[in-house]
Amino acid sequence: MKMHETVEKNLGLMVVLMVVAISFGGLVQIVPLFFQPETTQPVEGLRPYTAVELEGRDLYIREGCVSCHSQMIRPFRAETERYGHYSVAGESVWEHPFLWGSKRTGPDLARVGKRYSDDWHRAHLINPRDVVPESKMPAFPWLQDNVLDGEYTAKKMEVLRGLGVPYTDEDIAGAQEAVEGVAEIDALIAYLQHLGTVLSDR
Amino acid sequence: MTNFWSGYIVVLTLTCLGLILWLLLATRKGQRSEQTDEKVGHSFDGIEEYDNPLPRWWFVLFISTMVFGAFYLFLYPGLGKWEGYLEWTSIKEYQAEVAKAEEQFAPIFARYREMPVEEVAKDRDATRIGQRLFATNCSVCHGSDARGAFGFPNLTDDDWLYGGEPETIKTTLRGGRQAAMPAWLGVIGESGVRNVAGYVRSLSGMETENVDLTAGAETFKNTCVACHGADGKGNHQMGAPNLTDDVWLYGSSFLQVQQTLRYGRNGHMPSQAHLGEDKIHMLASYIYSLSHKDEK
Repeated sequence: MKMHETVEKNLGLMVVLMVVAISFGGLVQIVPLFFQPETTQPVEGLRPYTAVELEGRDLYIREGCVSCHSQMIRPFRAETERYGHYSVAGESVWEHPFLWGSKRTGPDLARVGKRYSDDWHRAHLINPRDVVPESKMPAFPWLQDNVLDGEYTAKKMEVLRGLGVPYTDEDIAGAQEAVEGVAEIDALIAYLQHLGTVLSDR
Repeated sequence: MTNFWSGYIVVLTLTCLGLILWLLLATRKGQRSEQTDEKVGHSFDGIEEYDNPLPRWWFVLFISTMVFGAFYLFLYPGLGKWEGYLEWTSIKEYQAEVAKAEEQFAPIFARYREMPVEEVAKDRDATRIGQRLFATNCSVCHGSDARGAFGFPNLTDDDWLYGGEPETIKTTLRGGRQAAMPAWLGVIGESGVRNVAGYVRSLSGMETENVDLTAGAETFKNTCVACHGADGKGNHQMGAPNLTDDVWLYGSSFLQVQQTLRYGRNGHMPSQAHLGEDKIHMLASYIYSLSHKDEK
């Protein structure tokens, strides 16, 4: 009882003990994953995003696609029938940040790559209702007008390399040239068409 | 998982459980066992606290959650390398789910597999299966009513780019299609584009002002007939559309036809081979049925 009272009456001590108590969960459930091959080794054939795809990915983030589209196919038949093979950790080892999402207002996009034609994506991004009349996705018409200058692409790739993405010096040197002048819509489509194509049963 | 990490997880998990149990028992130790009117002794803004023991039901609940936890860790994978008495994994559960579904659906697919597409297309149940498969896999481009959209063919009419025979539909589904109409601006020039556009529209009986149809016909003969044929009726081998039937994948207005001529069109249908032969058979039958409704 004495000890109990000591803890209750010393806020600092209580905070420390609470942190200790709560950290058990993280230490057991999270920390070991940093060192498991399943979560740190890329799946066979995985390659880093090209410069244009990388910019497309940033547009995906800018436009808030992740708010309505997940990129995580769970191992349920209902999902794999519709979307393809369930997602595995090895596909995401070079994702910074993850775009797994947590909400599906629209369909999952983890394996949308090569599923539809470029023309379809273009029409759909400019006005979804043109191809899917029932759609409630917002239109993103400015993507066809805005053009990328690639000013920061190389810098982004350098940072990603620091985080363990195996970009070569060549990749980084050619980044701006590859991106400059590309319409935003084309970059986004390049990104989408690559999604989930490495590992698949398709 | 290496032995180190397995041990790390086991030790931490059990230590945590042990500490919680110890904490519970240590706080309980020395407590009175009966209800009392005696106060603990402190007062915050006049609020005081009876020196009562932990309620028994609460203590029992705490202990039972710990028993549940121990039981759970015995049955399921949680303690490092221990796979659990049930040897459960999410992938095994998934595989069992898929196997069960396959067992259920295999006889249905098997029944239709032996029937020709023309027959399956007349089967009500098969059409309903096909409609579901279509909604999941095809409707995004071709529309839920299969009537297509700008650049995406209508599948309910009698006009086919690559042919509407059952085997051709299956070939399209299996391998996808890639159309290749080149851009003609560089070859026939701006006036050529205008004249040919006018001429092509005239094949479907539409009139266009201020174009030279004779020149258009001449240019058509020199540049377009290789794919679209001398009569403009198209070629299924190449997916070159019939230009005389008033069906327009990319629009029939003078501006739209000019656009098509100027920059070309490269319609692309991705392969659906991943669906497997059984589903392709059902889909082909459903698509076949869409343009053969009268024959039911």
